[in-house]
Amino acid sequence: MIRRITRLLTAHIDSQLLIAALLLMSLGLVTIFSGSNQSVPRLTSQLANIVVALGVMYVFANIAPHYLMRIALPLYVLGVLLLVCVALFGDIVNGARRWLYVGVTRIQPSELMKIAVPLMLAWYFDRYEATLKLKNYLVAAALLLVPIGLVVRQPDLGTALLISAAGAYVLFLAGLSWRIILGLGVAAAACMPLLWGTMHDYQRQRILTLIDPTQDPLGSGYHTIQSTIAVGSGGLTGKGWLQGTQTHLDFIPERTTDFIFAVFSEEFGLLGNLLLLVLFLLVIGRGMVITANAPNLFTRLFGGAITLTFFTYAFVNMGMVSGILPVVGVPLPLVSYGGTSLVTICLGLGILMSIATHKQLIQS
Amino acid sequence: MPELTINRGVEIRNSRLEIHHFRVRLAVASAFVLCMFALLAARFVYLQVIQHEYYSTLAEANRISIVPIPPSRGIIVDRNGVLLANNYAAYTLEITPRKVADVEALVDELATVVEITARDRRRFRKLIDESKSFESLPIRTRLSDEEIARFAAHRYRFPDVEMNARLFRRYPQAELFSHVVGHIGRINPHELEQLETKGIDANYRGTDYIGKVGVEQSYETHLHGTTGVEEVEVDAAGRAVRTLSRAAPVSGNNLVLNLDAKLQEVVHRAFGEFRGALVAIDPTTGGVVAFVSKPGFDPNLFVDGIDPLNWKELNESIDRPMVNRALAGTYPPGSTFKPFMALAALSYGKRRPEQAISDPGGYRFGGHFFRDDKVGGHGMVDMYKSIVVSCDTYYYMLANDLGIDNISTFVKQFGFGSRSGIDITGESAGILPSQEWKMKRFKQKWYAGETISVGIGQGYNTYTPLQLAQAIAAIANDGVMFRPHIVDYVEDVVTRARTVIEPHPLHTIPLKPEHLKVVKDALVGVNKEGTGARAFAGAPYVSAGKTGTAQVIAIKQGEKYIESRVAERFRDHALFIAYAPADKPKLAVAVLVENAGFGARAAAPIARKVFDYWLLGKQPTPLKADDLKAGRD
Repeated sequence: MIRRITRLLTAHIDSQLLIAALLLMSLGLVTIFSGSNQSVPRLTSQLANIVVALGVMYVFANIAPHYLMRIALPLYVLGVLLLVCVALFGDIVNGARRWLYVGVTRIQPSELMKIAVPLMLAWYFDRYEATLKLKNYLVAAALLLVPIGLVVRQPDLGTALLISAAGAYVLFLAGLSWRIILGLGVAAAACMPLLWGTMHDYQRQRILTLIDPTQDPLGSGYHTIQSTIAVGSGGLTGKGWLQGTQTHLDFIPERTTDFIFAVFSEEFGLLGNLLLLVLFLLVIGRGMVITANAPNLFTRLFGGAITLTFFTYAFVNMGMVSGILPVVGVPLPLVSYGGTSLVTICLGLGILMSIATHKQLIQS
Repeated sequence: MPELTINRGVEIRNSRLEIHHFRVRLAVASAFVLCMFALLAARFVYLQVIQHEYYSTLAEANRISIVPIPPSRGIIVDRNGVLLANNYAAYTLEITPRKVADVEALVDELATVVEITARDRRRFRKLIDESKSFESLPIRTRLSDEEIARFAAHRYRFPDVEMNARLFRRYPQAELFSHVVGHIGRINPHELEQLETKGIDANYRGTDYIGKVGVEQSYETHLHGTTGVEEVEVDAAGRAVRTLSRAAPVSGNNLVLNLDAKLQEVVHRAFGEFRGALVAIDPTTGGVVAFVSKPGFDPNLFVDGIDPLNWKELNESIDRPMVNRALAGTYPPGSTFKPFMALAALSYGKRRPEQAISDPGGYRFGGHFFRDDKVGGHGMVDMYKSIVVSCDTYYYMLANDLGIDNISTFVKQFGFGSRSGIDITGESAGILPSQEWKMKRFKQKWYAGETISVGIGQGYNTYTPLQLAQAIAAIANDGVMFRPHIVDYVEDVVTRARTVIEPHPLHTIPLKPEHLKVVKDALVGVNKEGTGARAFAGAPYVSAGKTGTAQVIAIKQGEKYIESRVAERFRDHALFIAYAPADKPKLAVAVLVENAGFGARAAAPIARKVFDYWLLGKQPTPLKADDLKAGRD
């Protein structure tokens, strides 16, 4: 009896995803403790975030995918409207108009679009599944470009690129012709100088900084230089938990959020980094398998987009900290401190679990 | 419904094809993911294994800050251990101007908590103008206990103001040793460059000061010491977290001088209001016992950077207190040159001691009449008398007989015209004229008439008081010349070992004892029955000396020099060279009193006081300038 109840409750939980996620969260807790100079409040606060995020994951794991299809269009429309509102009445913080004040709190609609855009595109392709033509790809491209354009205007290049990536993954998985992909690639390369011309100074600076961080060691290059030093000085086995000098002497900025990987890397070294990569691969690999076996086009495209977006976050964050990508405000999924990011990621994992466990129901 | 079945079959096939296409795409994406993760892994291996050492070094360099601990500068004492320069610790308030947006506003606000005088502000502004980038500069030095407490209470208001304990230099004798002990001052860019070329700039990290003048400058390497280092762990904001290691600084070595502070004071008081210089040398060692240039200045003004107003005052004063007259001032030797002329005459066989000339009150040469001091002349004059009464005619004739090149070759041996090599810098060489010198200097040949005035120490030749002292010391010491030196020995502050600045015999002048005796006897005669007799009346020791008077302006032919008619600054300089006791000299002295008239009247009494102190331990009552002028000595 108890066993049956247990089975019923856990029917929609994917154990591999859950275990990998829990391990990553644990490593995150360990690192947050060190990065916050052993702040217990910060630790308990993150624990609370984890509880909420796991709750969200559980809920979404139990929602059948076709319910999501129903909210795709409204969510997308809402998101675009909010972005328009931001452009018209948004608050300016640090020179960028990203936030919208709604009654009691400020929201950042561009965050919503990270989910709404792939959801919308997956829904759109699923709807025209039988008759996919070039026209549909053009419409999809338009659906993608409108929110991206609005986010670029804020300006928030990092988020715009992440939304583009999520959308592009859907287009790619939906079977966009290789010739077009190649053509777009060439066109993008050709547009680089043009893009450079329209960039803001600080954006250019970030890219120049990436090429040669020593050019401006106390300015925009500082974070990259210091985080690279932290990673490099960690060595094979790291300096040991709570022993990172770069971390504990304040050389690393944002030690529990965007730059948490620098802390982890300094204290646990190459072995720690490889363990982290393996755990991320476990999540991504499981996501790929679930997606490959997904019952319909919507779940395949959406699941694939979620998995690849998860990968993108991890890659961009670690690449930024180790100095091969420019500094963009992307947290390390499941590891960085912060409720929003944790909830969003777990929501995605919940949807993957739902796809994995609801296929029979749909097929029948 | 067969059609439907067929359709459904197509749909299923399509769907299968679609799934197949999708899985290919997924495989491509997976491969992309793996590639990117491999790239990351490669980057980690590169950073953490291949470049690990490099980044470890950077992390350590980040973490560890090397803080220099400046050593305590060696102290300077006189021969009896009287402090001439020492250090004391005091608190300063410092600002790094380049880190502060509005320095003036900050200083104004600071002035509400501690007193900041107009002088402090001027000095600080000057420091800013002279400073290197990112240097912390003192706005206030030597805080009182009350000010320290007040600032500490308001510290939160001044994150950009640092309170530091620093060592300060103090010159307790103030003006008495301003030229010879000298002073330190803030290191300027030029000095920094010199330190860099010498490769010792590392030892000056944390040191703001360097010797500028006098012994402070010339013994800089001994005095400075070795800078210590402290390895401190710092955070990103540069705050020290803890000390990792410490190498203590080694204090600079102490200097013990030959100078006698009391004698120095005796001399200062003896000069009264007059300007001038005095050098007293132990003829048997070259040790300088007194070294005075008047007027002096308070070297303490320079210690934490002199403010522009004081600087201007010192620099533009017509008394020129910054000039070290004893070392760099050059004056015609006047009649003090005569004993050397007499020795030359004897050496070259141009005169015998008893050979007398008739002095008609002057000497006519080439249509020009060279006047003697005494109207109507001294009558028959032999060598002894020529020195004792200071007969000019005797030396006009002698100069003509010797010729300029013989004179210059001979007196050169006494150090005239060349730097003595004393252990402080800034020395003048003076001018020892010769045919070659004139050709080089003026591109003109020497005229025989020009030799005549050289004979009585006028004309082109000018020497420093130090050179005169060295020359009379050489006579006192029977021709054995020493390099004069201020410092007796350097004392290692750790081992207490003494490095004696060895008496350095430069050379021995080949003089026949009988020639020397003639001149020395005559010099004794000067103080017994000649021009120096009044000054040395009643002295319980036998001394030897020679007076001199050096013209500042040329007196036209046929015109007589009347002191009261000449403006003070154009009056003659009084000179006196002497040594005592005559048989076994312990001290040789050269005195120059600017614009004081006859040497016998103004300069000789000062020498008397020096000998009285040195030989008898007498500390005379201060001499008033009026006494000198009235010639009541």
